[in-house]
Formats: sequence, structure tokens, C-alpha cells
Amino acid sequence: MIWFWILIAGLVTFFTRYSMISFINPGSLSNKTKKILTYVPSAVFPAIIFPAVFLDKQGLLVTVDNPQIWAFGIAIIVGYYSKNIIFIITSGLVSFWLFSYFMN
Amino acid sequence: MKKITVFKKGFMDVIPLTIPVIPFGIIYGVVGVELGLSPLVTFAMSFLIFAGSSQIAFAQLYTAGASPLVMISSVLAINSRHFLYSAVLAQYLNKLNLYWKILLSYLMTDQAFSVSLSYFKKNQKKTFSHYHMLGSGFTLWLLWQISTLLGIVLGNVIPEALGLEFAIPLTFLSLIIAELKKYDHLLIIIISGAISLVTYNFPLKVYIILSAFVGLVAAFILTTKYKEISE
Repeated sequence: MIWFWILIAGLVTFFTRYSMISFINPGSLSNKTKKILTYVPSAVFPAIIFPAVFLDKQGLLVTVDNPQIWAFGIAIIVGYYSKNIIFIITSGLVSFWLFSYFMN
Repeated sequence: MKKITVFKKGFMDVIPLTIPVIPFGIIYGVVGVELGLSPLVTFAMSFLIFAGSSQIAFAQLYTAGASPLVMISSVLAINSRHFLYSAVLAQYLNKLNLYWKILLSYLMTDQAFSVSLSYFKKNQKKTFSHYHMLGSGFTLWLLWQISTLLGIVLGNVIPEALGLEFAIPLTFLSLIIAELKKYDHLLIIIISGAISLVTYNFPLKVYIILSAFVGLVAAFILTTKYKEISE
């Protein structure tokens, strides 16, 4: 039975990806809709970022002595000035390790 | 530009974002087997579903004996953000034939969506621009399959103390870093982020799509009321 439900889960996932590409005719979208769609990354990605930074594994808000908040702050500053993906990820990870080491 | 050049560009653009994908794939492989799924089933899910968080949720719910309705609706809720990606990409991919649409839909992930969207915006007129998403999507797909296999075969080879899962918010931060300088986007980011913290414990992991929805409603109000700011 598991194979059947995996297949359904796969089809559902594919449908979410395929849906609009197939059914939307971009010519029919108003300029307003297109403008709002430019906000999609800014509306979706924070919902992945914030809980991973500000919540612990139990889903509770972390306190100010949590190294990941500070490491995240450093990554924002580095990213703000460098706009470089590699710099953001490495500065964030390295400062996370440093803060974890020194704050414990 | 040649097809292979565009494909390579997609590969190069997505590579930095794959840093957390490999440990995440390994973790999925380990968790799947530990939960009691067979190695074949664990691996097949990476191939048939190809969506990390929903694979882990599916494996957890299935082995805990949840009803199929709960399993499938969780998968739908977690992946519903793809509806939005799909709507955005439709503007660039609608001229392609059915096979390309199916292939690129299958390969659509957060990372491929983000880097290829940036490329599409800058290269709208180019005939082979869709090869960029083939490059970014395929790279991520291949790494996901390999890392899942590594997790199944080797077990957890990545020390937990490294805290590599922290690279996940960092990669997503890097995808919206340029938007932090735009006040309208910054406002949407803060609204969506705040809603995600408040709704995180809601059932079925609806917090992602719920936060996105509230963020887009805010964008709608913003573009309606303050046209001059949003330009």
C-alpha cells in the first residue's frame, strides 16, 4: 500500500509545480497581478527562514543568548554589503560555530 | 548563447545553494531507514516525490500510522508554495512544449526557482533561457538522489555538532538579500516572517503558505495604496 500513497504524494507534489505553468496564460495576467507576483520570494522565503532562526526544536522562541540569532545577524551584515551567496553562508556558519563555542 | 553555456550557467548559479542540500539529503536517508522504511522505498521517494521536507513528513506520518488523508494533505500543504513559484515562472515558460513544461515542473525547487527566475528576468529574449532551469534543477535533483543514497548506505556521516541545518536559513537569506534594501520588500519579509513564527505550530505545516498568503495580501494593499513607493 505504501507504494500507492507515495505515488499519490508524488503526483500531488508534481501538480503543485506544474499547475500554473500549464493553466495560466501570462497574457491574461493583469499588470497588477504580475507586480504582486514579483513579491513571491519575499513572501515565501521568510516563512522558511524565521522559524529556523528564531524557534528552537520545540517550536519556542529562542532567547538572546542563542548563537544562531547572532550568527544570522552577522550573515545579514555580510550579505548586505557583499551580496555574495558564498560569503553569506560561510560567514553565517563560521560565526555560528564561533558563537556556539564561546557562548557555551 | 549556446544551450550548453546556459545549462552550465544554471549549474554554476545553483551550486552555492546546494551546501545544505547534501547534509539534508543524508539526514532524510538516515531518518527514512530509522523510521522503518525499506531502503528501496526511502530512495524511491526522493525520485517520485523529490521534495525534502514533505518526504520527511510523509515518512514520519506513514510510520506513525497516520491516515492517508492526513499524509497527503500534509504533502499538499508543505508543497503549496510551488503554486506560487509556478505562477511566477508561467510568465517565462508558457511558450515551451508539453515535455519541457513537465520536465521543468518536476525539477522545480526553491533554489532552482530563485536562481533561474533571476536569470529569466535578465534574459527574457534569449531562445534557450529555459536551459538555465534545466541546469539548476538537474544539479539539485542529482545531488538530492546521491545524498539520499549516501544517507541510506552510510548512515549519518555528518557530525550533528556541526549544526549544518543552520545553512538552510542562510541559503534562503542569500536568496532575498537584495530585497532587504527595498522598503516595500522589507515590509513584506517582516510581515511574512512574523506570521510564520506565530503560526508555526498550526497543524499540517500550513505556516509557510499561510505566511506567504498574508505577505501577498500586504503586497496587494501596498501596490494599491502606495503606487509611487512600490516602483
